[in-house]
Amino acid sequence: MGANCSIFEVGVIIMDESVIQNVLGLYEEKIDSLDISPKEKTALKLSLKDRYAKMRYDPGDAVGVVAAQSISEPATQTTLRSYHRAAGAGLNITQGLPRILEIFDARKVPVTPSMKIYLKKEYNNKDKAVEIASSIKETDLKHIMVMDSLDLANMALEVELDKGIIKQFNIIPDKIISAVKRKVKNVNASVDGNKLIFEIKKDKVTIKDLQALRFKLRDVHVKGIKGITHCIVERVGDEYVLYTLGSNLMKVSKIEGIDTSRLCSNNMFEIAEVLGIEAARNTLVMEIIETLRAQGVDTDVRHLLLVADAMTQSGEIQPIGRYGLSGSKSSVLARANFEETIRHLTDAAVYGLSDDLNGIVENVMIGKTAKVGTGLVDIAMKTQKKEKPKKVAETKE
Amino acid sequence: MKDEEIIDHVLVPKHKILDKKEIETVCKKYGITVKDLPKILKDDPAVKMLGAKPGDVVSIERISSTSGISVYYRTVI
Repeated sequence: MGANCSIFEVGVIIMDESVIQNVLGLYEEKIDSLDISPKEKTALKLSLKDRYAKMRYDPGDAVGVVAAQSISEPATQTTLRSYHRAAGAGLNITQGLPRILEIFDARKVPVTPSMKIYLKKEYNNKDKAVEIASSIKETDLKHIMVMDSLDLANMALEVELDKGIIKQFNIIPDKIISAVKRKVKNVNASVDGNKLIFEIKKDKVTIKDLQALRFKLRDVHVKGIKGITHCIVERVGDEYVLYTLGSNLMKVSKIEGIDTSRLCSNNMFEIAEVLGIEAARNTLVMEIIETLRAQGVDTDVRHLLLVADAMTQSGEIQPIGRYGLSGSKSSVLARANFEETIRHLTDAAVYGLSDDLNGIVENVMIGKTAKVGTGLVDIAMKTQKKEKPKKVAETKE
Repeated sequence: MKDEEIIDHVLVPKHKILDKKEIETVCKKYGITVKDLPKILKDDPAVKMLGAKPGDVVSIERISSTSGISVYYRTVI
């Protein structure tokens, strides 16, 4: 086991010694701190190295197929469980198979976009956390009023504000009025204690106009960030963390007291836009791991890393499927085999495309040995001189 | 987000522009041309602040759970 790449000239030497050293370096301290004899320590290190070497893939291994199996087999097992979930405490974020599909299909906006917000050290207490949460959560006029009623005598609209909420969130009535005036024109507003009185600037005001105004006013944005419908504070370890429903990295990052270095969202496209494709790849991996782990699936990360790398290799996040990876394969036969067979074949005929038969699917279709595994090489021989391992005797069929 | 905030972010690995010699060694090591490398957009936030132009190669130092630090390469397009 463990590919000895130097014998073959497959093209790439997949892993060099430095990688093993890198990984062992991570565990070196841990091993040194163990209460065992030096002899046992070296033995442990050696066996670790051996194990690691054994876990490597051989050149020519069909890693993509193995990754596909390793993810989809356990995914089918979780199907039944995933759709049903009793309403638990906190936010109900899409999980299970629907979420896995969403990730691999690379939907532009997830069904439940969500953010995880950490706070700076100085802000890490309950009061400040609640205050920040309230400044993030989208607050409309309907959230801060007790009732709105039509004053038919004066043909005006009265909105009674909730005293407690206004005091808690520190909302000034004048601010609400200016927010209203930004959205609705031709309106006169005045403050009367706890009430806001709105009048329409018009000669003949009908009840219909007032009713229309009433419903318009309810949706006036007063405070917070648009699109973030919920924001809850949770204590994780010795830290207060905010979880949101709705996502807007740009705007949230500008709020004071937020630890921007750990701000993350489950919307990969937003991350790609704000932080770049590499950050999006990391999010992608983390999201898949989290969703799978939540279902009790223990897939090796390397399969997921491979998928994430494939999805982000073009510089943008590509879905897996007809309009993404499978549709952008270079081989005509492979594409024709997947979906829309006739379109691909006629296109190939019209444009005079050729197929190099390098992939697996093409070779299976025509009944030739695919270039994977042992089919990768025709004949490989060890040359006598070990110093010059590059020369390979290769015969073609 | 500001540039420093992007650099400091936990999700963003270290990006670096390679010079001509380094590009050559990378291509030689893997037996490929610059075209064959994975791509990164020129207006990608992490690349934008490096001032990379299309055709440049960026090295990315990923912190990997399986291999310590792994270096990845991308061509700017």
